[in-house]
Amino acid sequence: MRIPCPLCGARPLEEFVYRGDATVTRPEEGAPMEEWVSYVYLRNNPKGAHREHWRHVAGCGSWLIVDRNTLTHEITRVAEVRPSGDAR
Amino acid sequence: MSQSNRTQGGHIDRSKTLRFTFNGSRLEGHPGDTLASALIANGVRLVGRSFKYHRPRGIFSAGSEEPNALVELRRDAHREPNTRATVTELFDGLAANSQNHRGPLRYDLLAVNDYLSPFLTAGFYYKTFMWPKAFWEKLYEPIIRASAGLGRLSMQEDPDAYDKGFLHCDLLIIGAGPAGLSAALTAARSGARVILADEDFRLGGRLNAETLEISGDSGADWAQATVAELSSMDNVRLMPRTTVYGAYDHGIYGAIERKTDHLADGGGKPRQVLWRIYSRRAILCAGATERSIAFGNNDRPGIMLAGSVRAYANRWAALPGRRVAVFTNNDDGWRTASDLAAQGAEIAAIVDTRERASLAAPAGAAVSMGTSVVDTKGRHGLKGVALSNGSTVECDCLAVSGGWSPNVHLTCHQRGRPVWRDDIAGFAPGPDLPDGMRVAGAANGSLTLAAALREGHEQASAAAGELGFSTVAKTPPAAEDEAVEASAFFHVKNDGPRAWIDLQNDVTAKDVKLAHQEGFRSVEHLKRYTTLGMATDQGKTANLLGLSVMAECTGRTIPETGTTIFRPPYTPVPIGAFAGRARGKEFRPTRLTTSHKWAEERGAVFVEAGQWLRAQWFPQSGETRWRESVDREAAAVRGSVGICDVTTLGKIDIQGRDAAEFLNKVYANGFAKLAVGKVRYGLMLREDGIVMDDGTTARLGENHFVMTTTTANAVSVFRHMEFCRQCLWPGLDVHLISATEQWAQFAVAGPRSRDLLRKAVDPEFDISSEAFPFMGCGEVSVFGGTPARLFRISFSGELAYEIAVPARYGDAMIRALMEVGEEFGVVPYGTEALSVLRIEKGHPVAAELCGQTTARDLGLGRMVSKKKDCIGNTLSERSNLNREDGLSLVGFAPVMRNDQLSAGAHFVSRGKPASTENDEGWMTSVAYSPELGHSIGLGFIAGGHERMGEIIQAADPLRGRTIEVRIVSPHFVDPEGERQRA
Repeated sequence: MRIPCPLCGARPLEEFVYRGDATVTRPEEGAPMEEWVSYVYLRNNPKGAHREHWRHVAGCGSWLIVDRNTLTHEITRVAEVRPSGDAR
Repeated sequence: MSQSNRTQGGHIDRSKTLRFTFNGSRLEGHPGDTLASALIANGVRLVGRSFKYHRPRGIFSAGSEEPNALVELRRDAHREPNTRATVTELFDGLAANSQNHRGPLRYDLLAVNDYLSPFLTAGFYYKTFMWPKAFWEKLYEPIIRASAGLGRLSMQEDPDAYDKGFLHCDLLIIGAGPAGLSAALTAARSGARVILADEDFRLGGRLNAETLEISGDSGADWAQATVAELSSMDNVRLMPRTTVYGAYDHGIYGAIERKTDHLADGGGKPRQVLWRIYSRRAILCAGATERSIAFGNNDRPGIMLAGSVRAYANRWAALPGRRVAVFTNNDDGWRTASDLAAQGAEIAAIVDTRERASLAAPAGAAVSMGTSVVDTKGRHGLKGVALSNGSTVECDCLAVSGGWSPNVHLTCHQRGRPVWRDDIAGFAPGPDLPDGMRVAGAANGSLTLAAALREGHEQASAAAGELGFSTVAKTPPAAEDEAVEASAFFHVKNDGPRAWIDLQNDVTAKDVKLAHQEGFRSVEHLKRYTTLGMATDQGKTANLLGLSVMAECTGRTIPETGTTIFRPPYTPVPIGAFAGRARGKEFRPTRLTTSHKWAEERGAVFVEAGQWLRAQWFPQSGETRWRESVDREAAAVRGSVGICDVTTLGKIDIQGRDAAEFLNKVYANGFAKLAVGKVRYGLMLREDGIVMDDGTTARLGENHFVMTTTTANAVSVFRHMEFCRQCLWPGLDVHLISATEQWAQFAVAGPRSRDLLRKAVDPEFDISSEAFPFMGCGEVSVFGGTPARLFRISFSGELAYEIAVPARYGDAMIRALMEVGEEFGVVPYGTEALSVLRIEKGHPVAAELCGQTTARDLGLGRMVSKKKDCIGNTLSERSNLNREDGLSLVGFAPVMRNDQLSAGAHFVSRGKPASTENDEGWMTSVAYSPELGHSIGLGFIAGGHERMGEIIQAADPLRGRTIEVRIVSPHFVDPEGERQRA
């Protein structure tokens, strides 16, 4: 597999680490326990389109949102989670 | 007998003679030969014994599909078993031995297995060797292992080197036969970057084995001219001896290039190179593989694939037989008859299962239409065949053609399913090709030369066009469409002698029928029950025969019966090639601290800590046991001062206006209010509430922190924090950088540590206890201006500091610290003494932060803030993680003072048997405490804090030892912590 990193270009799989589902959102402070349990433990296992977190660990270090088809490994979109170059 | 079967012509260099041995016999061949062609030229027919029945076997094919002619090549540690003689390029001094026989090849003692064949049918070991159970390991398995199997490993380390490489191209063309050469020419002329790879050492594929013409020249000459043109082009990389073995995602292909296998001596160069090829488009021109026909005793030496017989005659001028019979179900077999006759062989008969054929037989050949071969004779080599019409034919070679199967393998590597084509009676590539792949020529089921040239050109034009290259509108070279009419005939049905389907695994038609009878009817079950299609050849010549017999049994068609899915690799790839240079010590990097050279000079014993090498202890003269060194080092720290390299701890530099807020979120305890110039112990949880890591974080400035992590978790903690920064709280102004290797850091510990440091730290910095109290930190300079960071933190419980200098000063720093410390009796100490000191203080490390324990278990529950949003604090409140009878980290001391505790021992109440149901916890860390004079330990035990003073058993069945221990406080030394504040 190759992942087109928005900063580094298409790079081989070994340069990235996988984290998992990028569609789950960390609950707000004070959210009920069930929400936290769901956030930490419950995942869908889709066959087909999936949105995932990958980190270009051996490259720019960016955490990326990668839209990947789990069946064909087709990658349709890659974006930085936290856009770089912004002066906060 | 010198090359008795060599005839005229062929693509071999007769000006040079190569000497080689087979089973010790001295033989000769020429450059251009394979081991197989040289054996045939020398009249060698018997080359091995079969897998299960130990039947005599000869060379069957002329390519990588070979099931029979497997040999052990080269000697000693270089020996490689199961090498296919048909693809082994001959070199001077080659030494090969046949395999899988006991005693001489001709008189194999295990040939008795053939007479036991009624008991050795498919799945026999599942049925026969079930009972008695005790016999399995001691009797059955050793016997089966000794009698079955293929070649022998050398059992020595592989002395050869293997490399890995990466290539990029616009167009990868797999196979350099007519389709591949035509495609390469078209693509290369368009300007695209082309890689043309072929498993053979001579490019041209079947053109080298046939007598067909292209544009009036011989096909082989056209191939050489085309190769010459391609090799003159800068945008083309020709890769002979390179097998593209797998098609992976995103246009990535795996290839194995045999660099020096064809040389007597590789000269130290890598034997093979494993390539990863990144292609934008690929054209599979892998050709087709001829299959056999199943009939009685069809496995004798001298029975070969017809196209291979032709290849040996045309390409290598080597006749597999003097009197040749042909058994075919298609037109192609007839060309073997005419080509062999042209090379001077006598054609005894052409036996065709069809009623009609369009081709002419060579003079003198008896033609039998609508006829089959039903049996053969000749124990060590074919002597004759019996036909279904009752007649017999004397012959020493039978050329069998069951039709050609397109090499669809790589089209299936991404879940593609091949589709059945009646016109070629075989499977062709389906519509679901790997992304970017096209197929041309015989691999696509287009079996004529003209079609191969045309399709190669067309597919290359289309692929180059897609990539924006303008293709030259040139027509492909002209050739005729030779006759290739085929029929679906796979298996001569009779109840007579065994008919082999899979020669390599000794699977016969009866085995397939038995599998059907016993319910193993799906293709995948058939394969696993009979072993059909397994091992080095993966059933390339056999799979379709097996399917046809199964289809016959079930009354279904072959496409309804299905086909097994092909997976990489196409042909075997040595494990050594996948390993490449990553072997032994080179398996992963070794990281050395900046004091490594100095520690080596001091005679340190090193230990691996992840990728790091750390000094474990520093033996002094007279010390014979490690404990002597460690006890001395630990005592010196408590008595005076010691120095330990702690560089390997992870260091993360954290900067930004929101750095404090960020730390407050990733640590479970509060960090927002840490003052500048202060250090705090930090406890990091995972989001599920389990402890992830711990360490200290120093605030060097308003917006600048330096965190330390444990050595083991340096990478994972940094990754986790980057996830938090980028994904969870992207709005925070904070940046992280790993600085582990940028700073050399030393612990200076012991009551005299301040005295020592006063001689190191430049005098303008006041490090008195008042100015630089416990848990203070600051930027200082040492030894006259070298920048440094000083932290007053203590892992040992003594008055202690850690001092960091930029890594380039690390070596000078340790030497200078030792020098100024001499008057205080400073000693270097290693990780063992470090461990003794921390166990005496009850500090947890990786053994305690084991990914199963909570802050509460560690006795740090009160550190977890409930007042803020931080990683893990919510889920740490789950009731099951807060049970009264949960685990607690406590200390353990032996009841008998001289008993040694052992890590990993499990705790069981007194009087109870040491069994899983009585398990109450386990010992995590142990050490001999020089301070206390006995063994001490840390461990987790249920409800530990309420059980102080209780005596329990520490059971260590692994070491066969159970002792009694007393539950005590984990703070063995200076429980009030007065020393570190001194």
